[in-house]
Amino acid sequence: MNYFVIGYYTLLIGASCLAAYYQARTAFLLLFSLTLGSFIMGIIGGEPALWFVTVSAGVIALAAGTSYAFREFLVIILPDEMSRNVKGAPLTASFGLFVVMTYAIAGLFAPVIAPFGEAEVISTAFAPADAQMLLGADQLGRDMFSRIIYGARNSVGLALLATAIAFFFGAVAGLIAATKGGWFDQAMGRVVDVVMSIPSIIFALLLLSIFGTSTTTLVIVIGVIYSPRVFRLSRAVAGNIVVMDYIEAAKLRGEGTWYLIRKEILPNSTAPLIAEFGLEFSFVFLLVAGLSFLGLGIQPPTADWGSMVRENATLVSFGEITPLIPAGAIALLTVAVNFIVDWMLYRSSGLKE
Amino acid sequence: MNDVVKIIFKRLGLGLVTLLVISVIIFSAVEMLPGDIAQAVLGQGATKENVAAMREQLGLDRPAVVRYFEWLGNAVTGDFGHSLVSQKQVSSAISERFANTLFLALYAAVIAVPVAILLGVLTALWRNTPFDRVANVATLTSISSPEFFLGYILILFLSVKTGYFPSLAKINAEMGFFEKLERMFLPALTMVLVVVAHMMRMTRSAIINLLASPYIEMARLKGVPGWRIITHHALPNAWAPIINVIALNLAYLVTGVVLVEVVFVFPGIGQMLVDSVTKRDFPVVQACCLIFAATFILLNLAADVGAILTNPRLRHPK
Amino acid sequence: MSDTENSDKRELLLEIQDLRIEGYADDKWVEIVHGVNLELHRGEILGLIGESGAGKSTIGLAAMGYTRDGCRISGGSIDFEGMDLTTANQDELASLRGAKIAYVAQSAAASFNPAHRLIDQHTEAPVQYRIKKRLESQEDAMELYHRLRLPNPKEIGFRYPHQVSGGQLQRAMTAMAMACRPDLIIFDEPTTALDVTTQIEVLAAIRDIVDQFNTAAIYITHDLAVVAQMADKIKVMLRGEEVEEAETIKMLEDPEEDYTKSLWSVRSYKRRQKYRPQGDAVPVVSVQNIDAAYGDVKVLENVSFDIHAGMTVAVVGESGSGKSTAARCITGLLPPTAGRILFNGEALPSSYKARSRDQLRQAQMIYQMADTALNPKVRISEIIGRPAHFYRGLRGAKLKKRVDELLDLIELEPRDFYNRYPTELSGGQKQRIGIARALAANPSFIICDEVTSALDQLVAEGILKLLDRLQKEFNLAYMFITHDLATVRSIADEVVVMKEGRIVEQGPKDEMFTPPHHPYTDLLLSSVPEMDPEWLTTVLEERGVDNIGEAALKKQ
Repeated sequence: MNYFVIGYYTLLIGASCLAAYYQARTAFLLLFSLTLGSFIMGIIGGEPALWFVTVSAGVIALAAGTSYAFREFLVIILPDEMSRNVKGAPLTASFGLFVVMTYAIAGLFAPVIAPFGEAEVISTAFAPADAQMLLGADQLGRDMFSRIIYGARNSVGLALLATAIAFFFGAVAGLIAATKGGWFDQAMGRVVDVVMSIPSIIFALLLLSIFGTSTTTLVIVIGVIYSPRVFRLSRAVAGNIVVMDYIEAAKLRGEGTWYLIRKEILPNSTAPLIAEFGLEFSFVFLLVAGLSFLGLGIQPPTADWGSMVRENATLVSFGEITPLIPAGAIALLTVAVNFIVDWMLYRSSGLKE
Repeated sequence: MNDVVKIIFKRLGLGLVTLLVISVIIFSAVEMLPGDIAQAVLGQGATKENVAAMREQLGLDRPAVVRYFEWLGNAVTGDFGHSLVSQKQVSSAISERFANTLFLALYAAVIAVPVAILLGVLTALWRNTPFDRVANVATLTSISSPEFFLGYILILFLSVKTGYFPSLAKINAEMGFFEKLERMFLPALTMVLVVVAHMMRMTRSAIINLLASPYIEMARLKGVPGWRIITHHALPNAWAPIINVIALNLAYLVTGVVLVEVVFVFPGIGQMLVDSVTKRDFPVVQACCLIFAATFILLNLAADVGAILTNPRLRHPK
Repeated sequence: MSDTENSDKRELLLEIQDLRIEGYADDKWVEIVHGVNLELHRGEILGLIGESGAGKSTIGLAAMGYTRDGCRISGGSIDFEGMDLTTANQDELASLRGAKIAYVAQSAAASFNPAHRLIDQHTEAPVQYRIKKRLESQEDAMELYHRLRLPNPKEIGFRYPHQVSGGQLQRAMTAMAMACRPDLIIFDEPTTALDVTTQIEVLAAIRDIVDQFNTAAIYITHDLAVVAQMADKIKVMLRGEEVEEAETIKMLEDPEEDYTKSLWSVRSYKRRQKYRPQGDAVPVVSVQNIDAAYGDVKVLENVSFDIHAGMTVAVVGESGSGKSTAARCITGLLPPTAGRILFNGEALPSSYKARSRDQLRQAQMIYQMADTALNPKVRISEIIGRPAHFYRGLRGAKLKKRVDELLDLIELEPRDFYNRYPTELSGGQKQRIGIARALAANPSFIICDEVTSALDQLVAEGILKLLDRLQKEFNLAYMFITHDLATVRSIADEVVVMKEGRIVEQGPKDEMFTPPHHPYTDLLLSSVPEMDPEWLTTVLEERGVDNIGEAALKKQ
């Protein structure tokens, strides 16, 4: 027994009692089950396990605090209607918004923020962190921190571009198919079924093995693989709208397809389509990261998170967490986007009822 | 029953056609190479004689249609030709690795399926409780993390720092069953983490949909006790969605294995595919893609057939 | 139905006092039932009536101590045989449900579990409560099926729900509610989803069986004529509050509150009937011998009728009779496979895609569900203005003037509605906007597809009066599709009766409503409930129990 362990349990039990006294049911359940869990973990893992719990709780609390503050900040600075929406957002969603904003700033102002260039060799291979290099050097002696910042621009930028292309073609085709129906709809449906029955990473590997791994082919290949998914979704979303009587009324008025899509269908499908864009982005982003990790995505010396994981992977066996940092950067962004999408989907389904 | 048989045959036929179309895509993708295979493999520096010899060897002088049917016919009998790099039979190299991959997927599935379904049902029953909220955040995080991130975290904490499990999943045929299981534990766990999250979310929403139906309310209003509502009223109707969830995730397990195999240096078909893509060994790439696509389609087919067989409306026609 | 006057002497079964229920909406709890009192004696039937949103179903479920997800009981007491259901725990409540209080839901098709046979669902509660053994309970089910006049009572229970028709399912569900011989049954709109000819059969069956076992019941419905047949006393609800309660006869003959009076008076609106112009006037629309099919399924066969300017032709039929399909053929959404459609004597191209802008303009449509007929993301000014701009090229100040004119026509204040979205309007206002959109095209012919059936009765009457005024003002021809014969009586000039894709009978309204009728028309007319509490008894006496509903349809 030492002071840390005693303090740890005192704090938890005290907080549980307080929660129970003030009838905060949820808080009490969480705190007390954590206490009970800690007994078991303490017995198995000893003091380090308790430290782990403490640190995790601290990180979660920090994230929750940041999200809370950021939400209040948004409520104040945003215009009236948007701030009302944000006010009802769960903390996870505002955490997502915060992360996305941070990444956007990092990506846009990468040259200003990063202390060194992305391909600049400034030190020896795997040099440890020092005052100059926050995260140390990579396998060629380049500054890890700068490369992570540049990665926000390269990895995210590429995924964004590929998603935008997939989304543009998929959504346009899906909306037209739903509106026009008939043979175009049927034919597109069949093609999409076939393309989607090939697993996306396998399809990507096949196409990249043939067309090579330049950035352009990467973007096009991913566009080809993901536009059917977008097609299917936007077809489904628009499919629910075209059966509405107001569409029939517009058709009987003699309106053209373009008017129907622009004025009648799109205004009613923006919410699910935006949510879908977020979802597709995280899929595409994970696929690009995976391909880069396999050495088939963005090519060196461009800084890219997926390839950075691969290049520094050997460090893991020495107990270093360096390769986990770019991987964590990938995970964090995808988690953030998913949190936002989850909130948007919940809102759009909640409003329907 | 006649109707059910008809529907199933229709679905099987559709699956077969899809597979055929995919085989055409896989074959013709290689035909779209700038120049042809021989030129692409040997590169710009190759002498004309070498290129011509390779063309001769691969039979490229014959029309594509003829070669397609030859390739398909051989593939059906398990012959995928010779590797361009090692000159060995593709099928012999693949078969062992494919078995390994299936073993890994099965290993992960055996752990993941019961856990995921149990957790999915529990979160559905306790929806909007703190348990459900925590599970929601945890599964979203797990789904959003790339497989290699989860893999390296597990290696760092369960292998390098603590030494509980081996970090590399190198296995061979001579190893005993339990030794294999131990060596493959970390890759299996990585896949379990991702798949459990997916399956749990899908199970949860399927069960919640089901519990909202009027006949569940009717059962409650008849005074049927809670456990019987689940076993007797919800479960018989839940098979279709649950089978669907399982099959889709098994399909994911088999195909999503590529990254995990590379992280853990596991001798499976996924790693073989990645290697041959880098080396541009087209016969191997084609074979791997065809096998992956076929597995994927087969499992989706199984999901559909399962859903048809458990649908009471179809089982007891008018 | 019997000895209502003795009800006070009978034992009190259910007593609800100051019941308050809250619903969860937009992150806060809102009260939806505001302090309702209710008393029910053994064997008594209470009719709970009101428009949608009156809180009828919520109260009905609360009488079982049950609230749906997102609702909670926030005050008052529900006393059932000395037990307060608001404070009872879940086990105590469960032991009441099914055994002492049973429930019959609106949609029998959705409320039977598709995975089990009817009889297994029937015996579930009795076996659960150890009231009867399984076989005993099965025997009893067959007996109940027999009493409810289900065909093949010995065999029908062994079928799955999807193998049985809607009217039969509803009776099977009533039998299931009877399985434990409860003291109280809650009927929640049990016939609303059924066609009139099926409804009468179910009504007769329910009334008989409740009478035979002397079961108390709460009968929830929005249909006055139905409740008049069933209930000993009637309670009228409006937005979660009680308006008044009285015995059935008194309530029908001498209601006290203005709201109740207004509900009753709706049925008395009647418009003077018009006749076809003499000589060989050309009809606005002439449907000549059309056939139509969805894929291989034939849905219309040899349908012909004419609609003259300034007249209203009501097309009547039950679900699946092809009345809406006929409208789709006229608008060109479903090109007929044979026959032709003339407009002012000229043949129309069969598909709307081939019609000219002017042909499209002449024929407009008003829909049943105003919610789906108006785009929720488009402003009222744009919804109404678009046809005016599209057909006549109006823009700027002229367009605004035209929209204002149209809003005036439908009795909505232009300033208040010009910039609003459909979601901000009430059901009746939305339907008026739908009418304005049709008028904006300056049509000569309008198809009204069940325009009043989704609306509450008072609002519906307003819409009918508006349509009538517009018809006179612009000499419009209406095709009025409906299943509601009361509406037909009040506004039609001519009637077309359809059944299974064919026209059974057609003619001027006065002729159609005087005997002799075609047998189907006769069945249809005699199946429509009337406000007279003796109506059901009289019809059953006149026609006999075997000459109503499915049995009668089969004979034809």
